[in-house]
Amino acid sequence: MDFTENLFNNNLLECNKLTKIFGGTTALNDLSLTFERGRIIGLLGPNGSGKTTFIKLINGLLVPTRGSITINGYLPGVETKKVISYLPDKMILNNWMKVNDLVSFYKDFYEDFKEERAYDMLKDLDIAPNARLKSLSKGTKEKVQLIMVMSRDAELYCLDEPIGGVDPAARDYILNTIIQNYNHKSSILLSTHLIADVENILDDAIFLKYGTVTRYAPVDQIREESGMSLDELFREEFKC
Amino acid sequence: MKWNLSNNQPIYLQIMEHLRMSIVSGEYPAGSRLPSVRDLAVEASVNPNTMQRALSQLENEGLIYSNRTSGRFVTEDETVIQNTRRDLASGQIRIFYDKMHDLGYSNPEIKELMRD
Repeated sequence: MDFTENLFNNNLLECNKLTKIFGGTTALNDLSLTFERGRIIGLLGPNGSGKTTFIKLINGLLVPTRGSITINGYLPGVETKKVISYLPDKMILNNWMKVNDLVSFYKDFYEDFKEERAYDMLKDLDIAPNARLKSLSKGTKEKVQLIMVMSRDAELYCLDEPIGGVDPAARDYILNTIIQNYNHKSSILLSTHLIADVENILDDAIFLKYGTVTRYAPVDQIREESGMSLDELFREEFKC
Repeated sequence: MKWNLSNNQPIYLQIMEHLRMSIVSGEYPAGSRLPSVRDLAVEASVNPNTMQRALSQLENEGLIYSNRTSGRFVTEDETVIQNTRRDLASGQIRIFYDKMHDLGYSNPEIKELMRD
């Protein structure tokens, strides 16, 4: 795809009949959707609905069984990794490192990494730059990992459960960081179960059920149509 | 004023209501400059696009106006502000009456109670 074509193709992400099958289990089924730029998108669904599978496909950690996914017109690969900042659902930090080693590591790896932003956030959350990762609590490690991800000037942030393991005060800080980093060029995809906490900051919500999208609409539209909050609607639609 | 957003109403409507209150109460006086969209969004912990939408609607209502280069301002027209104040008051009175009706009071009874 040449540059001019890229310029006019405003969709940040496109999937076409995206399907992923693990053995006999269909994790994602015929997913077709697009992301515009400048949106904060919630990926919502119960356990096992395909949220992490979708995010891994975006990041090229899984290969589709059928269908396709493109970011900025590119298949997942070197070009897309330059513009996607990914927070996995697992801890990926090396325990032997210190926090400032990690900052240098990210700076070395990603051209768009903003060292100053990382240190500002570490300071805000009272995390010592010379602390060894091994010595940090689980919640603090999650904060560090998120700081690294949010310190990049990416076009798409994929955050898999960014607020699950941290305390409510840090949660507020993280959500404010997301709002503050918001710009018209980039979008944020975040998956979570904690819908009540994120619903005020979302533009759009995607409801995923057994690997199928059952809803993809602006949050205010969903509230207007259903007369319920996203959280209430979720509890109703996914009642066990 | 603290931002208290409830769940069952669209957020932009609640933001509009909140900003109307802030203007009527004088927190943002007539002719004053409003904080930026981003600052307001952070303050309210809401999405910047939603804040933008609420501000645009208030602009359509004439309560605020934007100046391309220097941001958004509260209207200088006091009558617009007074009308908004009156509308907010009517809304509160309606809520009050509805609650009193739920308690089983008739209109004359309510007025009687108010006098006491």
